Amino acid sequence: MSKRVAITGNEAVAQAMRQINPDVVAAYPITPQTEIVQIFSTFVADGDVDTEFVTVESEHSAMSATIGASAAGARAMTATSSQGLALMWEMLYIAAGLRLPIVAPVVNRALSAPINIHCDHSDTMGARDSGWIQLYSENAQEAYDNLIQAVRIAEHADVQLPVMVCMDGFIVSHGMENAELLDDDMVRSFIGQRTPKHSLLDVDRPATFGALDFADWYFEHRRQLAEAQTHVKGVVLDVAKEFAKVSGRSYDLFEAYRLDDAELAVVVLNSAAGTAKEVVDDLRDKGMKAGLLKIRLFRPFPHEEIVAALAGKKAIAVLDRADGLSTMGGPVFVDVRSAMYDAPGPKMVNYIYGLGGRDIDTEQIAGVYWDLARIAETGKVTSPVTYLGVRE
Amino acid sequence: MAQVLEIRWHGRGGQGAKTAAILLGEAAASVGKYIQAFPEYGPERMGAPVLAFNRISDEPVRVHCHVANPRIVVVLDPTLIGKNDVTSGVPEDGVYLVNTNLTPAEMRAKLKVKGGKVYTVDATQISIDTIGRAIPNTPMMGALIRATGLMTLEEFIADTRHKLEMKFRSKPEVIEGNIKAIERAYQEVQSE
Repeated sequence: MSKRVAITGNEAVAQAMRQINPDVVAAYPITPQTEIVQIFSTFVADGDVDTEFVTVESEHSAMSATIGASAAGARAMTATSSQGLALMWEMLYIAAGLRLPIVAPVVNRALSAPINIHCDHSDTMGARDSGWIQLYSENAQEAYDNLIQAVRIAEHADVQLPVMVCMDGFIVSHGMENAELLDDDMVRSFIGQRTPKHSLLDVDRPATFGALDFADWYFEHRRQLAEAQTHVKGVVLDVAKEFAKVSGRSYDLFEAYRLDDAELAVVVLNSAAGTAKEVVDDLRDKGMKAGLLKIRLFRPFPHEEIVAALAGKKAIAVLDRADGLSTMGGPVFVDVRSAMYDAPGPKMVNYIYGLGGRDIDTEQIAGVYWDLARIAETGKVTSPVTYLGVRE
Repeated sequence: MAQVLEIRWHGRGGQGAKTAAILLGEAAASVGKYIQAFPEYGPERMGAPVLAFNRISDEPVRVHCHVANPRIVVVLDPTLIGKNDVTSGVPEDGVYLVNTNLTPAEMRAKLKVKGGKVYTVDATQISIDTIGRAIPNTPMMGALIRATGLMTLEEFIADTRHKLEMKFRSKPEVIEGNIKAIERAYQEVQSE
């Protein structure tokens, strides 16, 4: 059965990779992800996994090698952060366009410039329209659980898409906390074997991957890619249901924390959600009807379910750990507000927080709820987009 | 909010503040506590001031922000006092544990704190005597276990011995030296 251990996010993810035992891992080191692949490489060296481990000369090559392996029929993984994900850019779109079920932990870190190694979500938010599925994780436990579920989601016959499992750099990747790991056998039977319908090495049924696709068929293939996205949320929920049976831990498209009867709601993802839950409990004790929606599946965006959960609230604040630089708020805000356009209208505001690892504490999040209380009372939004915790 | 014991470690790069926080977190987890252990990641350099943190609780720890108001402060290097504000954010009844050859009363005057408790132990000397070099982090953990009563000395030593055995398989003398350092600091720590 599961055992509770003290473990960092990177260690937990490396353990999940050991249990997944992928056929191929190709990776290049980058802080704060480096540890994952470093620990995994010891599993390779010690013979704990059967993985062909490819040390490449860049993240572009890492993603390219992973794509090649996955197209050949292998269960293939990589891991990266920040500039590494940015360097994978053109290959990310190819992984999704070729419908390859690659699974990659991404440890969220700010993008340069200025150079910074700490957490924000600029890296994965920039990849949100690449066709990859994105799962976000509050803590080490969720990163571990999401990674194992990601294999099943990616490889599902109705999906066939790559999955990014995101967790906060340093805060979760290097912070030690408690997590329950499953037995190796449980993980292996849960994920099963990859059985691709088409693969390069299937010589009896030869197939072409990455062929030229002009105005005659490109559009149809992109349309199919969009269609596949509509299958994702159902599969995410089915896999979560099965995962709950083996782990005892429940997952959904998002977590609604004390949200049902809430009048004021905050939407956030990753590690700040834990801090926000403490704030919600504290404000509830003071009589405020505060609630929280923590997004787990951000791509594709489960807009119908999110609208249903947020409809009827008086005021909503979306917290973004990345700036869209559009002058109309961060990427999560833009999506949530767009989804809410047809819902009976709560007032909505955006807070950009925590860029480059800037700490966000309970007082700041409580301040957001008090702002919402004022907005709900007056019906007036004075600042649609606020930078939280910055010196101006 | 659930009762969470928050600890802040002050040290210099190379003294093992991060390792101490992690070993303490693991030991507390081994007796069923929920924990966090994390350093403040800056540009790490040997000798530069560093911080590390613990949260320890009977309930799951959900917050992911810095520790602003630690109930317990552990100072691995007394030369930091005065240069860094080791008392910053500590409540009136906060607990200080300092690696020094001064008495608790002398250290209290140096810290300029009135309430709470001040513990002192000469962890540097203990580590030289037992491990053979100045590495104060393990003896300070022994003193901390005494000061907090987080777990019994036996529970702490059992878990730490296991961790040291995994790390220093080929150097049994390092393991025994560290265990002796923990036991001696546990006995020698003084308070007022």
